[in-house]
Amino acid sequence: MAGLELLSDEGFRLDGRRPSELRKIRLRLGVFDQADGSAYIEQGNTKALATVYGPHEVLGGKGKPLHDKVIINCQYSMATFSTNERKNRPQGDRKSTEMSLHLQRTFEATIQTHLYPRSQIDIFVQILQADGGNYCACVNAATLAIINAGIPMKDYVCACSSGYVNNTPLTDVSYLEESQGGPVVTVAMLPKSEQIALFKMDNRLHVDHLEQVLEVASKGCKDMYAVMNAAVKEHVSRMAKSMECS
Amino acid sequence: MAIFITTPRKRHVCDEFTEPQRLVTPGATITADSDFMRGHGTYMEEDELIASVAGVVEKVNKLISVRPLKTRYNGEVGDVIVGRIQEVGQKRWKVDVNSRLNAILMLSAVNLPGGELRKRSAEDELKMRQYLTEGDLISAEVQSVFSDGALSLHTRSLKYGKLGQGIMVRVSPSLIKRRKTHFHNLTCGASVILGNNGYVWITRTPTEEEEAPDGGFVQNLQPVSDEDRRVLARLRNCILGLADHRMMLYDTSVIYTYAASEDYPVADLLNPDIMKDVILKVRQQLNQEAT
Repeated sequence: MAGLELLSDEGFRLDGRRPSELRKIRLRLGVFDQADGSAYIEQGNTKALATVYGPHEVLGGKGKPLHDKVIINCQYSMATFSTNERKNRPQGDRKSTEMSLHLQRTFEATIQTHLYPRSQIDIFVQILQADGGNYCACVNAATLAIINAGIPMKDYVCACSSGYVNNTPLTDVSYLEESQGGPVVTVAMLPKSEQIALFKMDNRLHVDHLEQVLEVASKGCKDMYAVMNAAVKEHVSRMAKSMECS
Repeated sequence: MAIFITTPRKRHVCDEFTEPQRLVTPGATITADSDFMRGHGTYMEEDELIASVAGVVEKVNKLISVRPLKTRYNGEVGDVIVGRIQEVGQKRWKVDVNSRLNAILMLSAVNLPGGELRKRSAEDELKMRQYLTEGDLISAEVQSVFSDGALSLHTRSLKYGKLGQGIMVRVSPSLIKRRKTHFHNLTCGASVILGNNGYVWITRTPTEEEEAPDGGFVQNLQPVSDEDRRVLARLRNCILGLADHRMMLYDTSVIYTYAASEDYPVADLLNPDIMKDVILKVRQQLNQEAT
């Protein structure tokens, strides 16, 4: 590769993190009043915004109401200003359709869909700034938004990516590390039961290393869970307190 | 025109907080004891009772449920609701009530003009759109809940029916305190309907002679005076302010807020800082009363 050393001799990454360190996470729940649930998350420089509407009556021509479970409709989009190069991104291009589908599968596996027959849940996620791990940020933001909307789900879904450089697995890879062409494994996991809701791999990785990389990714998911859970707890207790006051 | 510039807004909720006793988040185990019954917001897995929403655990005898702080409206029989007609169908209206499915108002569940006990003819079916059409607001009561969770409404009382001129405000359903009555005539000359579904209707209190005699299908479209409008607008701002600060809505809190807001002009109440002061005053007043 063109001279970029992803892991220095001292064992630090380009942005100064250790191999097993997550980027700085900042998050907020309930950013919009209008939506049923909303959340905003920053993982390093990757910023994602998620809004959830529903469950509500099935609207529009597409999709018939299902008599035994809820329809989950995901839409992923990237802001024009989210990447280095300013670019108009039309709705429904290949990349975002694929991402929407991945998100939909992930949440169909975790939301208790059987509770809301004949209705629909809309999940909209937008990347405001893309710096690697877009899928992870989207899943995490959407999870928080769903919790904010009070929609029952089996467990949190936390997502984390990991890469493999110089025989060392890296957690939560950034854009710079992602774009060097090394392997990147993305995992969405239910942290309590350790079930995997989505597993995705870009580029080739020797099967001998897979276990190691997966281990690191799932550790990242659990760390993510700890941060998200603390934020949800604080949010909920503030809200409960405020309602109690009156 | 004046422009307000403020620092980033935070949710105006209590600053100091302590974690409530039994706070759970999705996936957290509530109990491993199999003696308990599974309520809303929980599920069973491998003999453990696990929460599926974030909220506070409520225990009634053997039943454990978790109530999330913010959800769509879950109807219960007897609730007073305010809703908007979405669709006119065969012998029924579909009503948007902020629930997960549209509620149904049957033609047989309304009081038609001209007598309480009148047989419903085919003619009535054809005239349905004249009684209530898409976009009309109604107040109603939940009559029953269908097996899929949809609500069936009725307006078989003179207090329910079509709503005339006024303001509708949407708040979270969990902020409406359950009371004996949800219809309030306030002393300021306005009346509010605090619908259990989170829709709040604000209107001028009708005078005696204006009381609609005709089953409530005739709207009074007389112009509303400026003074009345000011009262309604102030009330609207107060209710939105209360909701913004996650305060429960019921007659006392609304009256107190209205009274506390009277130091300011109506438009100033839209300024978050001023509203914060008003709410603080109300909170103190309510706390004082509680002790």
